[in-house]
Amino acid sequence: MAQQAAAVRLEHVTKSFGSRRVLDDVSFEVPSGSGFVILGRSGTGKSVTLRHIISLIQPDRGRVFVGGDEISTLIGAELSRVRRKIGFLFQNAALFDSITVGENVAFPMRRHTKMNDQEIRKRALDRLEAVGLEHEYDKMPADLSGGMRKRAGLARAMALDPEILLVDEPSAGLDPITADEIDELLLDRKQRAGVTLIVVTHNIPSARRLGDELAMLHDGRIIARGPAAELDGSDDPLVRAFMTSQHAG
Amino acid sequence: MLERVGNSAVELLGSIGEASLFALKAAREVFVPPFEVRETIRQVYELGLRSAPLIAVSGVAVGVVLSMHTRASLERFGAESMIPAGLAIALVRETGPLTAGLLLSGRIGAGIGAELGAMRVTEQIDALEASAVDSFRYLVVTRVIACVVALPILTTIMNFTGMLGGFIAETAANGMPLGLYFRRAFSLVDMTDYVPATLKTMVFGFIIATTSSYLGFNTVSGTEGVGRASTKAVVFSSILIILANVLLVRLIFFAFPETAGG
Repeated sequence: MAQQAAAVRLEHVTKSFGSRRVLDDVSFEVPSGSGFVILGRSGTGKSVTLRHIISLIQPDRGRVFVGGDEISTLIGAELSRVRRKIGFLFQNAALFDSITVGENVAFPMRRHTKMNDQEIRKRALDRLEAVGLEHEYDKMPADLSGGMRKRAGLARAMALDPEILLVDEPSAGLDPITADEIDELLLDRKQRAGVTLIVVTHNIPSARRLGDELAMLHDGRIIARGPAAELDGSDDPLVRAFMTSQHAG
Repeated sequence: MLERVGNSAVELLGSIGEASLFALKAAREVFVPPFEVRETIRQVYELGLRSAPLIAVSGVAVGVVLSMHTRASLERFGAESMIPAGLAIALVRETGPLTAGLLLSGRIGAGIGAELGAMRVTEQIDALEASAVDSFRYLVVTRVIACVVALPILTTIMNFTGMLGGFIAETAANGMPLGLYFRRAFSLVDMTDYVPATLKTMVFGFIIATTSSYLGFNTVSGTEGVGRASTKAVVFSSILIILANVLLVRLIFFAFPETAGG
């Protein structure tokens, strides 16, 4: 019987930078349309895990699958094809600072669709409207606040209607209201468009909202994994301490 | 101590090897479709056209100074009439190409090093890759093409503005009319002087683009690293241009013996 491919699957991924092992035999799979949250203290390999999923980093050992494709072995046009299924919201948004906010959102459409300028502008405005930035189309990224830049980054990540959204620290550096708004936007994409969410965060309230399943990384290994309620009852003092924290970004 | 020196030497050789592979990759990818036409045109404008004022002003200044020096020397032999031709030959064969190359390694090299360095540390290069865009082709290959195209054009501008500077100096010194000046200037210059010397600046453009892109692409350590990448881009591009110039002049003399004056 053919097994349905998970949206994302990591098999025994190990990664070192110099002598420092950042990921050590990490395996998990994320079902399509679900929310998966990676928790952990700073420097435990959370962002490195996200970067493996979009093949910005290749594993030293192990395999990374997106759908049925082993993305960690792909190059060129094949890698590009798989990456188009994925949107990535970087921790600092990583907007292209030489073009306007609107052009940032339009950029993936110009590269990967056959839409004309008018259609692209309309769709970019739609995406910006979804994050409450429709009036900022012609502004430069440097003219936006941190929260606005993050929302613009999310609009760009959603530009091609990706099947998978990778989100690195959605609430870092944001006030609680803006952080909640971003969470709401992510939940909306998950519930209405069936997008698979993979989120890295320190923010436990946010993790509870977004994650059907949570995984806690420590020293490059997953030390606990399951629904929030399961982690709440963990015997591991570190997991319990993390889950009872109210830290909000 | 010896171990530290050894490690540094190995590290340096590793970097040279990496940079060479980077340059080879750039040279190969220039000819591989799909071509980033829109971005390449934007880079020709940004790196080429916007460098024209610097080159033009510098050209005039170099021309004035060269003319004054040449006059001081040739006056002693009563050969002032040779000043325009002497200046033109000096500019077209060597001064124009080398000065343009060094000036542009400053303006363009620093710009590329800083821009790509900043893009690296702010994750914009990763964002390009995440947007399913080949960052090497989009950022490096377009700049290589732009520099290789722009350098000969900017060198030609430098040559002409240099001659114009020479004319200004000459007309101020002895009231020489424009027509006579340029007739004398072009009396000894032919295409074998102009073409090889100007085309060699395509190599300078390649050196500037690949060196500064490599340093920008591999920037680490935040804003401090961006500053370092920018400075190194200028220093290494300038040194490589000066060294490459020695080889290229030798090559031109070999291919066009008449330009060696033998």
